[in-house]
Amino acid sequence: MDILQILISDSFWAAAFRIATPLIFGVLGALICEKAGVLNLGIEGIFAAGAMAGWMAVWLGAGLWGGLLVAALTGGAFGLLHAILTVPLGLSQHVSGLGITMLATSLSYFTYRTTLPNVSSPPRIVPFQPLDIPVLSDLPFVGLVLFQQTAMTWLAFFMVALVWWVLNRTPLGMAIRAVGDNPDAVDAQGLSVYGLRIGAIVAGSALMALGGAFLTMSAFDAFFFGMVNGRGWICIALVIFASWRPGKALLGAVLFGAFDAFQVRLQTEVGALVPSQVFLMAPYVMSIIALVIVARRAEYPRALLTPWFKGQR
Amino acid sequence: MIRIEPREAPSRTLTIGVPVASALIALMLAAIPLAFAGANILEAYGQMAKGIFGSVFAFTEMLTRATPLIFTGLAATLAFRAKLWNIGAEGQFYLGAMAAVTVGTGMIDAPSYILIPIILFTGAAAGAAGMAGPAYLKTRFGADEVVTTLLLNFIILIFMQMMLEGPLKDPMGMGWPQSEPIVDNGMLPQLLPRMRVHFGLIIALIAAVVAQIMLSKSVWGFKLRAIGENAAAALHAGIGVKRTLMGAAIISGAMAGLAGVSEVAGLKGYLTADLSPGFGYTGIVVAMLAGLSPIGVVLSAIFISSVFVGADSMSRAMGVSSYLADLVVAMSLISVLVGGFIARYRISWINKGVA
Repeated sequence: MDILQILISDSFWAAAFRIATPLIFGVLGALICEKAGVLNLGIEGIFAAGAMAGWMAVWLGAGLWGGLLVAALTGGAFGLLHAILTVPLGLSQHVSGLGITMLATSLSYFTYRTTLPNVSSPPRIVPFQPLDIPVLSDLPFVGLVLFQQTAMTWLAFFMVALVWWVLNRTPLGMAIRAVGDNPDAVDAQGLSVYGLRIGAIVAGSALMALGGAFLTMSAFDAFFFGMVNGRGWICIALVIFASWRPGKALLGAVLFGAFDAFQVRLQTEVGALVPSQVFLMAPYVMSIIALVIVARRAEYPRALLTPWFKGQR
Repeated sequence: MIRIEPREAPSRTLTIGVPVASALIALMLAAIPLAFAGANILEAYGQMAKGIFGSVFAFTEMLTRATPLIFTGLAATLAFRAKLWNIGAEGQFYLGAMAAVTVGTGMIDAPSYILIPIILFTGAAAGAAGMAGPAYLKTRFGADEVVTTLLLNFIILIFMQMMLEGPLKDPMGMGWPQSEPIVDNGMLPQLLPRMRVHFGLIIALIAAVVAQIMLSKSVWGFKLRAIGENAAAALHAGIGVKRTLMGAAIISGAMAGLAGVSEVAGLKGYLTADLSPGFGYTGIVVAMLAGLSPIGVVLSAIFISSVFVGADSMSRAMGVSSYLADLVVAMSLISVLVGGFIARYRISWINKGVA
């Protein structure tokens, strides 16, 4: 199989969208936080917490959509903690975020280990199944690529549209963007800077947790330690690559998914010649290269990383 | 309503009291997960204390575990002082370790007083290179060093796995992906007979003292602190911001590299892909708990190491998951952040009617 054949095969693009799905949730979540002026490095841990909490809820009998709700609430709770530390207290967003990642990760691992102390192989749930829509799922190419994904991929697409609509077409979105650019102006209009920022971080963190939940409830059917494996950090890079636009975030995530799916296929082609690790490294190297290329042009939200205190100009 | 005013200067009592109180609060908060795990809380704390102070061996094990944390804590301290966010100490640790097994496993045949300095220098240089790259991308292209260092951690880890299955692989290793052992002449001497605590601890302590003096007394330290406080003003004042940042990056990376050298050439003797249980990331907690003071790093590394060693021993004795240690470390970081806020600001309740 040559490269062109890989690129036009439907199974390749189906894999690309599958890999992209958790990243879409994560990038959107990080984007909302940063649009409101707060970097959320808690993402890597919130992914783990969402993956664990959602899976655990389903395993305890909550149902798949109930599991997603639990994951989102868990993410929102960690988001609230990050928000309290960084917004009214104005603490270092970098350090607080890393603290949230450590807390959320260790709490998830501890809870999993304590609830299931003596399992030799991880218990499994019945995850989201590929959609089976009459006619659409049987279409050539797009049938497999789009209409045989799980409901979570479509939820991710819907979230892209929803986040775009809220940020660009509603007064709430305008306020969120303004609070990340010029919080003084928002305050002068009588809106609550604290309230907007805290709300955005909680909502963004809930989305991140859904990305984590995709891993245990759609991509796989069990929880593993270390399964997040840097996906959260890749989302932080993708937000910059997407210049804080939901549409571009979708594009970036799918491109990344395509690249990742491509390296796996290339590996089976030329695996004998090149060590497999070269391919495993490639997505991370690509992310850094992409970041370096866009960095100078990146238009960061102007108040990103700057704490704002009421009554202090 | 609540009124928050910055304090003129945090008092000495608060500067020392807040981290100590934060550490104690985090330890006390551990009671919640312990209760969740169904453990007898008092017995658990007793087991932890026994695991640290129960014997001379236990205590030296704690110091052994603290050694890499002093190095990675210094790595975070020196970078964070300049607001250079080196989150890549985990990767730089492995670069140092790889360099150590590259030159230390028979490539150079020399007596130990020559070979050990060569190993230390190569490891430090490899770690320094690992941070110089992201610092260059930051100063030259404006690429955020948080993201680049975080992603580099994954790249370096995968690269190391490749090396351990390739050029660095021990042919006598029964097929395991591990390096050849460091030659006897390259191993750091042990400090006490039959104990694992090694000369790496002495190097770490010297590094902490040197870092403290450089930071508080040298011109470079002054520039570093000026950049950390206000980069725009520092640039305006004619401080070579890029040069100073690059210097901080190199020293920070070198410290993380030395952590890797010290673990390989002081403790394990050979390199495997699981050499570090997150020493790089934990170094950030060590640095924050120390209030970004190099001497403080020594004390906070000892505290964090005690948590790990104590919780390990407790979890073996009582069957509580050893992830408890990571949980306490994370809670220490969050409490010291909040504590730092309380130290820097005066918080008072104002009665609206009266005010």
